[in-house]
Amino acid sequence: MLSSLRKVAFLLLFLITIDSGANAASSNVELIKQNWPFNGIFGRFDKASLQRGFKVYSEVCAACHGIRHISYRDLEGIGYSPDEIKVIAAEYEITDGPNDEGDMFTREAKMSDKFVEPYENETIARLSNNGSYPPDLSLIVKARAGGADYIYSLLNGYKDFPENFEASEGMYYNEFYPGYQIAMPSPIMDEIVEFDDGTEATHLQIARDVTSFLAWTAEPELEVRKSLGVKTIFFLVLLTIMLLGVKRKVWKHLE
Amino acid sequence: MKENTSEQNKGLTGWIDKRLPVFTFINHNLRDYPTPKNLNYFWNFGSLAGITLVIMIVTGILLAMQYTADTELAFDSVERIMRDVNNGWLLRYIHMNGASMFFIIVFIHIFRGLYYGSYKYPREILWMLGVVILLLMMATAFMGYVLPWGQMSFWGATVITNLFSAFPVVGDYIVTFLWGGFSVDNPTLTRFFVLHYLLPFGIVGVVALHLVALHQFGSNNPTGLDVKSEGDTIPFHPYYTVKDYLGLGVYLIVFAGLVFFAPNFLGHPDNYIPANPLQTPAHIVPEWYFLPFYAILRAVPDKLLGVLLMFAAVMVLFFLPWLDKHKVRSANFRPYYRQFYWLFILDCLVLGWVGAMPAEGVYVLISRVATAYYFGFFLIIMPFLSRFEKTTDLPSSISAAVISEKFDNKEPSSESYVK
Repeated sequence: MLSSLRKVAFLLLFLITIDSGANAASSNVELIKQNWPFNGIFGRFDKASLQRGFKVYSEVCAACHGIRHISYRDLEGIGYSPDEIKVIAAEYEITDGPNDEGDMFTREAKMSDKFVEPYENETIARLSNNGSYPPDLSLIVKARAGGADYIYSLLNGYKDFPENFEASEGMYYNEFYPGYQIAMPSPIMDEIVEFDDGTEATHLQIARDVTSFLAWTAEPELEVRKSLGVKTIFFLVLLTIMLLGVKRKVWKHLE
Repeated sequence: MKENTSEQNKGLTGWIDKRLPVFTFINHNLRDYPTPKNLNYFWNFGSLAGITLVIMIVTGILLAMQYTADTELAFDSVERIMRDVNNGWLLRYIHMNGASMFFIIVFIHIFRGLYYGSYKYPREILWMLGVVILLLMMATAFMGYVLPWGQMSFWGATVITNLFSAFPVVGDYIVTFLWGGFSVDNPTLTRFFVLHYLLPFGIVGVVALHLVALHQFGSNNPTGLDVKSEGDTIPFHPYYTVKDYLGLGVYLIVFAGLVFFAPNFLGHPDNYIPANPLQTPAHIVPEWYFLPFYAILRAVPDKLLGVLLMFAAVMVLFFLPWLDKHKVRSANFRPYYRQFYWLFILDCLVLGWVGAMPAEGVYVLISRVATAYYFGFFLIIMPFLSRFEKTTDLPSSISAAVISEKFDNKEPSSESYVK
């Protein structure tokens, strides 16, 4: 029994080594680690932070980046009521159709629509961004090694080019970006948005809130998943303890 | 043991059993089935593998109802499952991590067989059917990883299918045939989806044969001795049913821990980026369970030789019963084999680790040494030891072994094996 436990532990350790090897971040600089409320077994999102982050996204990021996997109705998940969401959605214009005359038309977005993307297609996006394509942000936290810490670090990682660095034109220096040259200029600064709840809009606060929001867009199921997980494990541990008792009782007959 | 035939059963079950002996079958194979009484917890992994297969098929069928196998839609359809399908995230995370759990279970199952000599006479076909299952699992897992159509899906598929181009003359033809075109594209995705759905049912069939072959001679056991009398065995139910349940409980705790709290721990973040044929990821890494084989592939400078060695790494398992002809099964009584065995386990872990590292510098050297030992273990050490290794004293029977273990006095046995 003990040796089998040791072996399982050994294998798990092996998996951990492999994982850290496979997912080693491409930049050499250590990420700025944050104590996110959604980390850990009992992790939960901070709804106020998500709403502030949503404001940062809509007023800053959304100029270039879409969140195409998110529908307006999903905003209920960060604490907005359906009525509030209808107002938010109505600010966006969406192309629909064809109508009875066979023409396309524009209308206000509805709750059921996906978020309107900033560009019609990749070509236009590249033309407007010096040849670079701003990636969709719905999954960005899951799609980067380091997750939320990486996004937070990147937002705070802008510096002047070091001396003797051969910089390409129109690029910016970011110590967390692979290759250090990033096409996106530093997107945030103090007071670039004004928070409705009176929170002081420092660039650190803004980076933290928008990263939280993007963690939510990547894993909107996180709270349900973790709370169901705690219940499931609790149940399984009880069940296993009972099975251990039954097993011992049954095997006693042999002696 | 009481003989439970259909005549003894009355009522509806007796009526059915006389015409279709399902209850007799269950009785023989799951209830009275005489099983060595000294099986340790490593014998849990067979039933765990079977249960995992069922979990994978059930979640897989439910996912297939929502998934779309089209390069334009596949990635988004998976995200739709994650976000909009009721409990879709749960189904997908179980299926995704279930693949990893399946391989952990099956690897331990194989290493158990390797330690206790479960592949030896008269269980050669049982073992070989197991290797067939492993091959089918690897093919299924590889194609399943392509389906979400992320960056690693696409580039993993490109790299692995391209391996076949190493074969002279027919290589390019094979690759085009596999792709259904001139690159990994929509025809590749659709056929991988079809085969990913089909092969598991093939696995179910081979598992059935695996069980038939198992029940012909019954389970091996930690002593490796044959069952000699009824006293060596106990009925499968209730002893091993309850032991399997207990193992299942522990297993599900680990499984649930992964699914609920670290669902992407074993995956690669790049697979949440939609596939882009124009942009190659910095490192193309296969899923962890393929890493030892990937390391063997990259250890060789010649592509064809690397590919052949990688396939040989699995194929060599088919010949195990004839490479190791030592009459004693269990490594517990083979002092030298036991040392080489643990070195082999370590070697496989090293191969897995080096497979995740870039193929450069000292990693190349490590992968070559590890590859050499991998094949040396099977092709040189095993045949050599089966000729010359002297064993320690064997207990006279399974019962004797159980008793001496219980009272912890290693009495000299009557039947020591000396070549």
